[in-house]
Amino acid sequence: MSHTTILDTGSRAPKSQQSLSVPRSGSDEAIGGTVTASINGQDVKVPLGTTILAAAQKVGIRIPTLCHHPDLCVAGVCRVCVVEVEGQRTLQAACAFPITSPIKVLTHTQKVRQTRRHVIDLLLSEHYGECYACGRNNNCELQSLAKEYGVDFFRFGHPDKPKFEIDRSSYSVIRDNDKCVLCRRCVRTCIDLQEVGTIEVAGRSDKSYITTFKDKPLGEVVCINCGQCINRCPTGALRANDPTDEVWAAIDDPRKHVVIQTAPSPRAAIGECFGLPPGEPLTFELNTALRLCGFDRIFDTNFTADLTIIEEGTELILRLYKALVAKDPDIALPQFTSCSPGWVKYLEHFYAQYIPNLSSAKSPQQMFGAVIKTYYAEKHGIDPKDIVTVALMPCSAKKFECNRSEMDDSGFKDVDYGLTTRELAKMISEAGLELPKLPKSDFDAPFGTATGSGVIFGATGGVMEAALRTVIELVTGAKVENLFEKANIIPVRGFEGVKYVELPITQVGPVPDILKHLVPDWEWLKGATLKVAVAHGTANARKVMEDIKAGGKFSQCHFIEFMGCPGGCIGGGGQPIPTSPEIRSARAKAIYAEDAGYEVRKSHENPDVVTIYKEFLTDGPCGHKSHKLLHTRYVARGKYIE
Amino acid sequence: MSPLPTFSSMAPEAGLDRALALSRPDIIEEVKQSGLKGRGGAGFPTGMKWNFAAAAQADEKFIICNADEGEPGTFKDRVILQDHADLVFEGMTIAGKAVNAQEGIVFLRGEYTYLRPQLEAALAKRRKKGLLGKDILGSGLDFDIRIFMGAGAYICGEETALIEALEGFRGEPRNRPPFPVNTGFLGRPSVVNNVETLACAACIMQRGAAWWKAMGTEKSTGFKVFSISGDCGKPGVYEFPMGITVAQLLQEVAGVGAKAVQVGGASGLCIPASQFSRAIAFEDIPTGGSIIVFGQHRDMLDVLHNFLEFFVDESCGQCTPCRLGNGKLLEGVELLKEGKCSMAYLQELCALGDTMQIASKCGLGQSSPSAFLSVVKNFREELMGRTYSQV
Repeated sequence: MSHTTILDTGSRAPKSQQSLSVPRSGSDEAIGGTVTASINGQDVKVPLGTTILAAAQKVGIRIPTLCHHPDLCVAGVCRVCVVEVEGQRTLQAACAFPITSPIKVLTHTQKVRQTRRHVIDLLLSEHYGECYACGRNNNCELQSLAKEYGVDFFRFGHPDKPKFEIDRSSYSVIRDNDKCVLCRRCVRTCIDLQEVGTIEVAGRSDKSYITTFKDKPLGEVVCINCGQCINRCPTGALRANDPTDEVWAAIDDPRKHVVIQTAPSPRAAIGECFGLPPGEPLTFELNTALRLCGFDRIFDTNFTADLTIIEEGTELILRLYKALVAKDPDIALPQFTSCSPGWVKYLEHFYAQYIPNLSSAKSPQQMFGAVIKTYYAEKHGIDPKDIVTVALMPCSAKKFECNRSEMDDSGFKDVDYGLTTRELAKMISEAGLELPKLPKSDFDAPFGTATGSGVIFGATGGVMEAALRTVIELVTGAKVENLFEKANIIPVRGFEGVKYVELPITQVGPVPDILKHLVPDWEWLKGATLKVAVAHGTANARKVMEDIKAGGKFSQCHFIEFMGCPGGCIGGGGQPIPTSPEIRSARAKAIYAEDAGYEVRKSHENPDVVTIYKEFLTDGPCGHKSHKLLHTRYVARGKYIE
Repeated sequence: MSPLPTFSSMAPEAGLDRALALSRPDIIEEVKQSGLKGRGGAGFPTGMKWNFAAAAQADEKFIICNADEGEPGTFKDRVILQDHADLVFEGMTIAGKAVNAQEGIVFLRGEYTYLRPQLEAALAKRRKKGLLGKDILGSGLDFDIRIFMGAGAYICGEETALIEALEGFRGEPRNRPPFPVNTGFLGRPSVVNNVETLACAACIMQRGAAWWKAMGTEKSTGFKVFSISGDCGKPGVYEFPMGITVAQLLQEVAGVGAKAVQVGGASGLCIPASQFSRAIAFEDIPTGGSIIVFGQHRDMLDVLHNFLEFFVDESCGQCTPCRLGNGKLLEGVELLKEGKCSMAYLQELCALGDTMQIASKCGLGQSSPSAFLSVVKNFREELMGRTYSQV
């Protein structure tokens, strides 16, 4: 007798890490009806299946947690959130207990408090290291718990020497297992949220630890560097590979001309590191801070975001032209975006056969690096070997990207250092600057003008919206505002995992000058329907890729935007900790508000972009020079490790 | 003691014959009436478990026989599988009919791999006889059984960890609720019963609930299979009625004069001589069947050391209290042995044991401090003399 044991679920997380009937937090999907729970004597009516944790929140009671995270499936392993439930012999984990019948809960009795204290004491007995020598000092959930529960001595001891070696093999993520509390948030992030599965628990009992395939260094296994694990680690066990010392050294070196580009997502989030609520962008205060820190020039990554749109959009038009008019069967469609290095590496590992579909355009970060060390260096008479390019990114994968061997088309390393939002915030604090209180100042020329299209790259759907604004206008000759109010292409916005949009092309205009050498007219597009899709987070990307493999509707798309991180760059692995759906949503709102405030909101209208094609990339988009500097190639990595 | 009806005295397939003629609710009612409680140690009423699974709506249901017998000092399921496998399979088939499951799975302890060929042979024989497969004995019931090999982790005796392992994941307990009777193997309603429980169910179907209830105590009905080891003259596997006192049992196994008896294996209670009149039953000293006798010459700290080493090794490591708590208790025993444990710290460790009992995620961590706590309580003099303050 045989039985198929293939689970009919997209999730690869073990069931032990889930409480099966608990609705995911953030959704009120009730099984039907409501139930009354008494929490410390206060009655609260909640949808059936609500957890005790969520019910308590409704009546203003905060139950402490550690392994719980609003983005992740339930684990119930740390036992910090235990509460007394009437009729139950044992305490119950509030995060994992679904309320399905009227219950009475006590959340902070002596028994509960003593238990929590014991759990914290046990965790501290294995937690090596001192808080002041930790990057998460003052932003550590274990530290907060210890404070909350009055830990004033190490009841069950404290390790005096490390058990593990720190794994610094990855360009992006550093693992320090001695600080790990085995909450497994990283594992759930990697397996369940991102569906990558780089890390897992190995070993049993007090010998269990988080590790990679065959304990190999992180830099040698299938890891996409998205850093989502860092964002969800409650302690300092996971952190980004921090180059701030090198950046300071470059700033302090008078021979070096240190240039920084800042991406919109970190600007929308960095305020959180200075106590501001999420969603308050500090773009122009940041410019002042960076000058005061000693950076020589401050540029806006939006400039190369606009350039990316021109290059990637042109590439798409060329692909469509070759496929539809020249009937070239070898043209890979749909074209995939390539600006998210986490997504790129994910594809290189898991769907390497689709590398031809990836746009060859470099990401805005890398384009900027190449442009600074060529065009900018030439224009300003600076020897590119003396230029140090730094990129402020919301991303840990950008650190890997700038170290890819392909990324030296300028003759130098295009981007020298990638800084995360958190790392730059640390530098600014170190420089004694109170960022939110600083005066505003502008970006530097010659890349001073940016468009709203560049800004929205930060949120999922943003690249697609920017591309559509440009493609629609270049092809139809009409204003995008005629189709979408205020040029806001709402259908591609929002946090839905996968979005799909069809746009019929009913009219075509004249071919603009910039593209005249590539296509004679647009007649071949008249009457066609442009099909596009947007996916964020690699779990959603996987759904789309599997559909494409199976020849489903996404295989009929022309252009698909993929972002490695949930929410896009605003949820990147280099962004301030903590993260949650609400925080990411606030950051996205800030991004769209900023876009709405720009005078120029379309990439092809950016005057600096027009200038660079006139002065430097004279053979036009996707021309020879831009191909050399602004485009790249990829590596079929596969998912098997030697 | 009066002669007991034993597994050996059962007529082959009589229980199944009767069950096939009964309706589902009638089968469950009979098991409920018998008062049969789970023989793995937790003592959950079997009829109730079957009823939950029967009531659950699903396209597929499973009967899982928990043969991952791993409690230190337990070897009764091995003997049952060796000598009465047909009774177990019969019980599974009856359970299959009762809850409307079509597949049974025996989760066999890795160390019992040698039993597999004979169990497979027994299954093949049953299929040949029409006792398994399609339309069993012409009754219209479809049910078959397969064997799944465990890989040697103690934790997989916990039913949800067992199911995780069955699904191919790391054997770790799930959050409960939901319970396996609603959301078990592959998310389907699943009954997980101990080997002995299923054999008992077959006996009950054959002889009736009243017969079963006539044995044992009011709350712990029927007879029970015990595996008895340690400092006694006649160690082995025994069938006794529930409610037997420790003293009576020692008499039977030539263990009179023992210093202590560990009832329920490493996760059970350590009973001192002064309490030998207590009954082995769910209402007094519960057990899954493991009885370890300790003679006067045994050092209780050695006993504890041995048990705690076992738990430190076998905790799955998922939840904090169990992952780290067992280690702290073990360290405490080592300190006591060296005369370096203060009274205050011993008290702290007892409080930690209490925490583990109420805060661990599953039965392993909830019961692993039992031996420590009962030795500290029951052998206070022996231990106190070794705390730091009195050295």
